[in-house]
Amino acid sequence: MTSMATPLRTAGGIRRGDRSKRERVSVASTTILLLGALYCLFPVFWVLTASTKDGSELFSTFTLAPSTHLWDNIVQLTQYRDGLFWRWMLNTALYAGLGALVSTYVSALSGYVLAKFTFPGKSTVFKVLLMGVLVPGVILAIPQYFLMAQVGLTNTYWAVFLPQIISPYGIYLARIYTAASVPTDVIEAARTEGAGEMHIFSRIAMPMMLPGLVTIFLFQFVAVWNNFMLPYIMLGDDNLFPITVGLNGLLNQGATAPALYTLVITGALLSVIPLIVLFLLLQRFWRVDLAAGAVKA
Amino acid sequence: MRTSLRMRALASVAAAALLLSGCSAGAGGDGGGDNGGDSSGPVDLNYWAWAPNLDKVVDIWNTKNPDIHVTVNKQDGGDPAITKLLTAIKAGSGAPDMIQAEYQKIPTLVASDALADLSAVGANDIKDKFPDAVWNSVTLGGDAVYSIPQDTGPMMAYYREDILKANNLTVPTTWDEYAETARALHKADPKVYLGTFSANDAGWFTGLSQQAGASWWSIDGDAWGVDIDAEATNKVADYWGGLVEEGVIDNKPMYTPAWNKGLNDGTQAGWVSSVWAPGVLSGNAADTAGKWIAAPLPQWDASNPSDGNWGGSSTGVTTQSKHPKQAMEFITWLNTDPEAIQALIDTSGIYPAATEAAAGALTEPPAFFSNQPDFYDVAAKVAQTVAPFTYGPNVNVAYSAYNDEFAKAAQAKKKSAFLDAVGAMQEITTADLKKSGFTVK
Repeated sequence: MTSMATPLRTAGGIRRGDRSKRERVSVASTTILLLGALYCLFPVFWVLTASTKDGSELFSTFTLAPSTHLWDNIVQLTQYRDGLFWRWMLNTALYAGLGALVSTYVSALSGYVLAKFTFPGKSTVFKVLLMGVLVPGVILAIPQYFLMAQVGLTNTYWAVFLPQIISPYGIYLARIYTAASVPTDVIEAARTEGAGEMHIFSRIAMPMMLPGLVTIFLFQFVAVWNNFMLPYIMLGDDNLFPITVGLNGLLNQGATAPALYTLVITGALLSVIPLIVLFLLLQRFWRVDLAAGAVKA
Repeated sequence: MRTSLRMRALASVAAAALLLSGCSAGAGGDGGGDNGGDSSGPVDLNYWAWAPNLDKVVDIWNTKNPDIHVTVNKQDGGDPAITKLLTAIKAGSGAPDMIQAEYQKIPTLVASDALADLSAVGANDIKDKFPDAVWNSVTLGGDAVYSIPQDTGPMMAYYREDILKANNLTVPTTWDEYAETARALHKADPKVYLGTFSANDAGWFTGLSQQAGASWWSIDGDAWGVDIDAEATNKVADYWGGLVEEGVIDNKPMYTPAWNKGLNDGTQAGWVSSVWAPGVLSGNAADTAGKWIAAPLPQWDASNPSDGNWGGSSTGVTTQSKHPKQAMEFITWLNTDPEAIQALIDTSGIYPAATEAAAGALTEPPAFFSNQPDFYDVAAKVAQTVAPFTYGPNVNVAYSAYNDEFAKAAQAKKKSAFLDAVGAMQEITTADLKKSGFTVK
């Protein structure tokens, strides 16, 4: 952002007084941002140090003093019930990764249709969709369970995968992005050239919407990742669990078994790594998107 | 006479259950489906359980019985599994064939029509393998058999022997002595407590009340009675409230990181727990192995020893199972066969309910208690003295009332607040029974 802002300001000609004023302000805001970062990163730091301790050190040594058992903990976690943890990671990748991908495609298609076509009942559909945005996913978990039970799909991958493909918020966003980034003239030109509707959508509209789609993907990825209730209710077989429900289970073993604190902490540490990587990789698109919006406004 | 009274009460429970579940019965209420159970060819059975490493025990069965393949789905503790099962029963599909059910959950499950009657598939043949009191809790005193006992949890007390010795104290045998020991220990070092009053563990308090002679529910004719606010429960609440008010017993809940820290650094020098405690201690405070001593619970009346139960569970077959006969065959093996019992003790670390079959297998103490060769002799002795107790159809409500009310009392550190909490539990539990459509006397 700074690289864009600076040339503009220089072109406008900034006097010395303005600059020093700006720097004072930035000291204050930098401090606030640093405090915010500290607030957010401290728990992560805690997880990092705690995951290096073994079971008895966890409750007896100084909180922030690291130890040397990180590798042992990872090995233990890997050995837990024959590598179940990594199965949970793969499941999460499937639910959140593939789920978000499919959901993004469905959202893009629906949003595109809502933005660029006129058909009877269009505004009703859009209003119902807007109402859907207001309903939190947690509330839907039980009704979704009953629906899945009717078709006999509870306790399967589909039970968690299917309900999360339709995202009213994603469709809503896609409609906005389509309206802003895909000119109707382009579509009409393509039609005149004889291109099919699906062809126009996938070859012309989708690439134009790409930054928006990345945003939808990230939103949906995080939404699926955070949706604890749905898999918690749907699944009885812990081979199908996503990482969140699995780790929760390790903590709630019932009164007669010890809670596996070190495994849960190490598991939490390992499970945030893919999230961090994902955000770092997709950050570029996100930034382009914000800038694009700013220029248009 | 008593039996017929109970049966009428159960009939009313079942009737209420039908009313409650009436709306969803159309979806898939094919019931027990015992007719389909005789089909030849291999069957697949699904089993929801949370006992550690139970899948390894089941593997032994699967290699020997290719015709009845059992898959264990590991669950989180007792409560979530039961909640999930009840949801699946309401939905009409999605329930497993078998479920691990704690004894206090059985009346709730029966009221929701979730458990199949196993007397039709020969459950009464193995009645003799289990102590009468335990068998009674899976039949609820009637003719039906809703579940087969797997393990029990007779309560025991655990102390840090080294810490007691260093303070010239001995293992208390009565609750008066326990209070004296707690005072002496806390006086010698104000950081150290002999134990804690846990407002998070309703099952723990229930066991202590059971020892004192309470039975929180009762069946009379076709009416349920709630007797939580009775003399025995109040005696227990008064005792612990007094110790907490005095400050010689901690008021923090168990199973928290802070409590774990106490077990590790010796500021929690004792634990009123149950026979399965070695597994928890070895997981949470591995470095203290060999420093503990297990003893019977302190007694109210030393000449008339009594005990309570905390934990323990059974194996039931759900009403959605299409193969109750094969399931019963597997359950019989799992809970009575010497090889299975041995595996349950060794790999799952449970204390089997089939006492005779278990006696031969329980010769060595748990590794964590290698300093106490007679560990299982102590356990067997106290298991004989477990007092009778009746659970009602809304144990979950009573337990969450315990959590809410006693959390406030433990925070207030006032004896009177503990007694108020018992009264509140009584009120909440009774009101809920009435609201759910049961006849309450």
